[in-house]
Amino acid sequence: MAHHDHAHDDHAHDHDHEHHGPEKGIMRWIKTTNHKDLGTLYLFFAFTMFFIGGLMSLVIRAELFHPGLQFVDPEFFNQMTTMHALVMIFGGVMPAWVGLANWMVPMMIGCSDLALPRINNWGFWILPFAFTMLLGTLFMEGGSPAGGWTMYPPLVLQTGNAFPFLIFAVHLMGISSITGAINVAVTILNMRAPGMSLLKMPLFVWTWLITAYLLIAVMPVLAGAVTMLLTDKYFLTSFFTAAGGGDPVMFQHIFWFFGHPEVYILILPAFGIVSTIIPTFARKALFGYDSMVYAVASIAFLSFIVWAHHMFTVGMPLAGELFFMFATMLIAVPTGVKVFNWVATMWKGSMTFESPMLFALAFVFLFTIGGFSGLMLAITPVDFQYHDTYFVVAHFHYVLVPGAVFAILAGVYYWIPKWTGRMYSEKWGKIHFWLSAIFINITFFPQHFAGLAGMQRRVPDYAVQFVDWNVWSTIGAFGFFLAQFIFIINMLACCYGWFGRKQGLPDRVWEGAHGLEWTVPSPAPYHTFEEPPVVSDNELTAAHDSVDALDHHKLS
Amino acid sequence: MADHATPNPDRYFVPAPSAWPFALTVALVAILGGVSSYLEDKHIGPLPIYAGGALLVYILFRWFRGVALESEGGFYGAQVDRTYRWSMAWFIFSEVMFFGAFFGALYYARHLSLPWLGGEGSKIETNLQLWPGFENAWPTNGPAKLNGDFDTIPAFDVPFVNTLLLLTSGVTLTFAHHALKAGKRTQTILWMWATVALGCAFLFLQAEEYMHAYGDLNLKLASGIYGSTFFMLTGFHGMHVTLGTIMLLVITLRLMSGHFKPDSHFGFEGVAWYWHFVDVVWIGLFIVVYWL
Ligand code: HEM
Ligand SMILES: [Cu+2]
Repeated sequence: MAHHDHAHDDHAHDHDHEHHGPEKGIMRWIKTTNHKDLGTLYLFFAFTMFFIGGLMSLVIRAELFHPGLQFVDPEFFNQMTTMHALVMIFGGVMPAWVGLANWMVPMMIGCSDLALPRINNWGFWILPFAFTMLLGTLFMEGGSPAGGWTMYPPLVLQTGNAFPFLIFAVHLMGISSITGAINVAVTILNMRAPGMSLLKMPLFVWTWLITAYLLIAVMPVLAGAVTMLLTDKYFLTSFFTAAGGGDPVMFQHIFWFFGHPEVYILILPAFGIVSTIIPTFARKALFGYDSMVYAVASIAFLSFIVWAHHMFTVGMPLAGELFFMFATMLIAVPTGVKVFNWVATMWKGSMTFESPMLFALAFVFLFTIGGFSGLMLAITPVDFQYHDTYFVVAHFHYVLVPGAVFAILAGVYYWIPKWTGRMYSEKWGKIHFWLSAIFINITFFPQHFAGLAGMQRRVPDYAVQFVDWNVWSTIGAFGFFLAQFIFIINMLACCYGWFGRKQGLPDRVWEGAHGLEWTVPSPAPYHTFEEPPVVSDNELTAAHDSVDALDHHKLS
Repeated sequence: MADHATPNPDRYFVPAPSAWPFALTVALVAILGGVSSYLEDKHIGPLPIYAGGALLVYILFRWFRGVALESEGGFYGAQVDRTYRWSMAWFIFSEVMFFGAFFGALYYARHLSLPWLGGEGSKIETNLQLWPGFENAWPTNGPAKLNGDFDTIPAFDVPFVNTLLLLTSGVTLTFAHHALKAGKRTQTILWMWATVALGCAFLFLQAEEYMHAYGDLNLKLASGIYGSTFFMLTGFHGMHVTLGTIMLLVITLRLMSGHFKPDSHFGFEGVAWYWHFVDVVWIGLFIVVYWL
């Protein structure tokens, strides 16, 4: 496809603030202010953390293969559950989203880079240090934190030498998230190309804008909560000590005021990716664009008033139990709107099933299962039984793995040709998909039953009646983990041109794709838009659900 | 191809690669690592803290100086100006939420946990079994009377003076802003010095109060939930005033070396926003921490 070469030779590059290409060697990555370099760094970091967190989950699953203790002692088991969650949430999923935002937001809204490129570099480089601090605690006296990723006092206050490192690592992650979020939000609000009005933006951009808002609102609250833990432990304050008039339950309120919006931080960008991919491979405009935006906005709003559904069993007043039950159930409404729209987009579409589409479809099915189990948990009297069992573990893994993680995989498959100029192997992509989809269900579906039957989470041993479920779960976990190497090799082969993969893809890699990113060459040049592009209607159709746009694309 | 093209500098500002952020992270991590080992009695000596602190100050100086020079050098167009406005607004919003956590803790303690400890409603057993005889009152250091009896600082005493100081500083800052917009540089600088002086006076009185509390009133961080919320809220606020005063000082010095124009001075305005935010937080503190 013809590429409109941007005029760039005519303006002077005279002042010393201009650098034309990247620097060489390691300093390129340390000093880079380029959104594509930083996006790449974020993604490599995230997948490294997925690997480390994955190894931890295998320790957990190996131990749970059979009842009784076989490989690790209980203390270490608890360190693994705690660290697994922290690494996956703060090191894996969140940086992966920021990485995707780095790469795609400027290309999607038509601007040169993020609004604050140096801050962008800062936000990234904090992460390797923060996680070195956190992972370093594994080698300290008393081991790493073992009180759960939720860090409830008084238990967490018994952490050994690792404690201040845990707190400060969380502070650093918070700085990274807030700077990243401010950067993305400001880019979206301020740098859109002319014609890219708010209600024409691609949904990935919309969901990220709302994610950024959530991050800026709640990461400081988490920082406050862990600061109180720190002062309670070392400076004799009594926020969470009843003897001094405080209350350990107060920590839970503050934590979950952060924690519930946090789970939407993990999932909203996934909604955006799925809303981008399904129209491309159904070759239809997204159904109900506006309602998608309003649904995301209402989910974000509601996420602030449901936090105590994590605390139904701590002894809240009845009115509180009821309020949080009904508020939580309300979230099912906008979530249902989204699922409906995804399905309606596919209705009568001419569908093909390339790897990104397969992962997006699996997302729709499997995330919905997680939503259903969430609804069950939202029913207060029922949660009295389910709370702290494997049912909860099954719930959040369904929304997080075949939910958030599948969407990340889908996004990488979808855009890697644009990033590297090389197509991945579709055959191996499909193999990867089917292995992932099958093994993830083998891993987590049985946990629903184990949980309903009463198996507790965060305990290294269990009663013999749960053996079968756990054997399946462990087999599934190892299978899923191994299957991911197919993906890694497939993607690295695109990056480095292994197996004789050649560049030379058209600008619009997927013929059904719309959006500004498909108007620039593949691979996308180091600086994508030197001037704001002209936003043609064709690129906005992904964001239009008008009948005209629809008909037009059925014909063409 | 387009690979080595550069964004149009009239439209976009794309800074050159920079080692400042990485160095800033190194500095931060050195400080936090040093503090962590100190807290856990594995003292590796104060060197990481001092070295990290020095590097931190140096990098911040370099970075902000660089930004000021870019701004004065005319590299920033209208878009960058809006970028800074949006960013500062979001940053202040995040700060509001940070204080929100501590205000929330104060609310929770006063309206939920203390009444429950006192046996309110269905929590009668909590009181009878765990803390018999404890009655809900404010101020309190909890049923175990942690750190012993203490007195509090009355609102309509030095804290009230501090309120007036901060409110006045908001006014002087606004005068400075108007003078700047009217192109009256000397007046601007004088009003700015007045603002800085008021900030310093506030900090001085606040430090005096802390010494008074620790020395005479036996009001300490360890004084139960009252001491915890009192010192954490006023302490974080004090840190923000300190930072704000330093920022005002920098702006004043920049004004004195000819920076800013009557129609373009977001550096000034951003700091003013921050100062007003600190001011508003204080009003909240004065009402719910000192007064009610
Ligand atoms: C219809 C939507 C949803 C509802 C009604 C819902 C409801 C719930 C409830 C009631 C719990 C508490 C269970 C307990 O501890 O007893 C819970 C836990 C959890 N949910 Fe959801 N949820 C929903 C969607 C999500 C999404 C989208 C995510 C993340 C992407 C998520 C992640 C989690 C996590 C991580 C936990 C467990 C936290 C922990 O205790 O460690 N949920 N959910
Ligand atoms: Cu929740």
